[in-house]
Amino acid sequence: MELIARAAGAERLSAHLQRLGPLPALSSGALIAELEASGLLGRGGAGFPVGRKWRAVAERAAGGAVVLANGAEGEPLSFKDRSLMAARPHLVIDGALLAARAVGASDIIFYVGAEHRTAQAALHQALAERPGDVRRRARIVTAPSGYVSGEESAAVHYLNAGDARPTTTPPRPFERGVGGRPTLVQNVESLALAALIARRGHAWYLGLGHGRARGIGLLTVSGAVNRAGVHEIELGATLSDAAGAAGGLRGDVRAVLLGGYFGGWADLREHWGLPLDAASMRTRGLALGCGVVHFLPSDACGVQATAGFITYLASQSARQCGPCVFGLSAIAGATQRLAAKSPQPGDLDRIVRWSGQVTGRGACHHPDGAAALMHSALQVFADDFAGHQQRRCLTISQPARVAAA
Amino acid sequence: MGEVLDIDRIRCDGHGLCAELLPELISLDDWGYPIIEPGNVPPSVVEHARRAVDACPVLALRLARTAALAPR
Amino acid sequence: MSDTILWYATRGAGVVSLVLLTGVVVLGIVSAMRWQTASWPRFLTTGLHRNLALATLVFLAIHIVTAVVDPFTALGWQAAAIPFSSSYRRLWLGLGVVAIYLLLAIVVTSLLRPYFGQSAWRAVHWLTYLMWPVAVIHGIGTGTDPRFAWMLAIEAGCIGTVVAAVAWRATGAQQTAWRRLPAAAPQAQKWN
Repeated sequence: MELIARAAGAERLSAHLQRLGPLPALSSGALIAELEASGLLGRGGAGFPVGRKWRAVAERAAGGAVVLANGAEGEPLSFKDRSLMAARPHLVIDGALLAARAVGASDIIFYVGAEHRTAQAALHQALAERPGDVRRRARIVTAPSGYVSGEESAAVHYLNAGDARPTTTPPRPFERGVGGRPTLVQNVESLALAALIARRGHAWYLGLGHGRARGIGLLTVSGAVNRAGVHEIELGATLSDAAGAAGGLRGDVRAVLLGGYFGGWADLREHWGLPLDAASMRTRGLALGCGVVHFLPSDACGVQATAGFITYLASQSARQCGPCVFGLSAIAGATQRLAAKSPQPGDLDRIVRWSGQVTGRGACHHPDGAAALMHSALQVFADDFAGHQQRRCLTISQPARVAAA
Repeated sequence: MGEVLDIDRIRCDGHGLCAELLPELISLDDWGYPIIEPGNVPPSVVEHARRAVDACPVLALRLARTAALAPR
Repeated sequence: MSDTILWYATRGAGVVSLVLLTGVVVLGIVSAMRWQTASWPRFLTTGLHRNLALATLVFLAIHIVTAVVDPFTALGWQAAAIPFSSSYRRLWLGLGVVAIYLLLAIVVTSLLRPYFGQSAWRAVHWLTYLMWPVAVIHGIGTGTDPRFAWMLAIEAGCIGTVVAAVAWRATGAQQTAWRRLPAAAPQAQKWN
């Protein structure tokens, strides 16, 4: 296990160095080349190639760039980033230092979610163990709680103006970010993996993985499993492997939420052998996102679960763009009415229409994620939604309908 | 070379004048916010597009040049 | 040109300017309140607001020029350009000059709004609530028709209309889309 530790507590600097050796002396160009060769994809949710991102910032930096290590983790079903920071803070710091060298950054900011106290403490302690020149360049900033505060333009906006709401782009952070300087906003898991690739070379990373997928990654497995928590897998492992790593399914399961609230539902029987990697999932219209794998037990109603998620997403709108504020609120309202089996006539059609209307019409991708969640729910739970529109819940009335996965 | 309509979604406050002045390309959703046809603005309505940009009470609309022709 | 004609032109253009300006202010409020019907779209309000404002400038130009060249008033161009510098009704005339400058600032920033930016435009535009009363007081103070009933009626009408419009704005709710289509968004909350 590279990214998660069996021992409790944060790894100290001496143990970290003993385990992995010193920070490699690679130049900026060599670092970027290693990352590009490894094909490492970002772990914040967007999956953008890490090497390409570093190169884009490096080209604009002229020595004054900023590295923003994003550990905000606003996704409620994701625990990987805070676990990583709490267990292996030095690996994350190494990644940030290497990124700073690669892009020519003078400042490093660790942007950690307000509620992730253990992670904050671990990072504080780890930074205190570092030499003075590192401590002077790095600081820890608490991200306001909230789903969108981890969005990259929101993080930059918070650091510039104390307002953790997304801004209109262009310019994107890699062009002009914190203090108007080119800013690399990178998820902490991506930075940790970069730190490992820098030490062991891209061939090490390419040697891991199943099937055609390369590399390793963290998942947060939750829901109807025996050992919910953060699990490390080789990418390309299947959904059944992930369930196995989490101690196996607890009872009957028919659906799984992949990628978080921002992701989508998938039918478990159809996707039990789904390889968990970006390319395989994309061809099936799914996404790994930030690695959330949440199993919904068969005796739970998919409409009610979806109503809970969409209500949360609507409440987390930054409230800057009309289509998001009103659209998500309306979709949530209609879904709640359906979940309660007291819909208005046409509520199901309205959800379909409104989901189509909000996509791409906000300053950030928050409404897009919500719409994608609804779209997947309407597909996977098609029968349940139709039943609820007729004021019947299939889950409660027909439990025998659901077969074992 | 062409021109596209660019909208600042944060500034936009759903006034709806743009849809009145450029119904060819702009319609309103259920809450009064503009849905804009993607792609280049056809030359036949460019003047109307300019008027729509001018009429926006919060300057949320912009006509921007594009380097390459976007599909219409 | 006969003195009398110039004198009538000054007073006439002044009254027309007042009425037009009142229309402009009311239309501005109607626009801010987002009022519209099926047959009266928003752009009609804003278009009329703009056109009446420009028409006001024309009548104000007539009003000022005829007043300055009129030998009876003995006003020079200086009196029109520098507030409170005339010997004839110094205070009331001076207020008129102040109102002109405020109006020019509002018009220029509006015509060149993309260059000035939204916040600057908005800040200057709020000066309307200073400019219009100053113009009205100038009219009452310099006017020689205050005892005629028709003049009083026009003044009362203009003041009444603006007061009503301002009261509407201060207490009424904007007719935003989500108020007009309640079925579409039953749980929508106004934000900001």
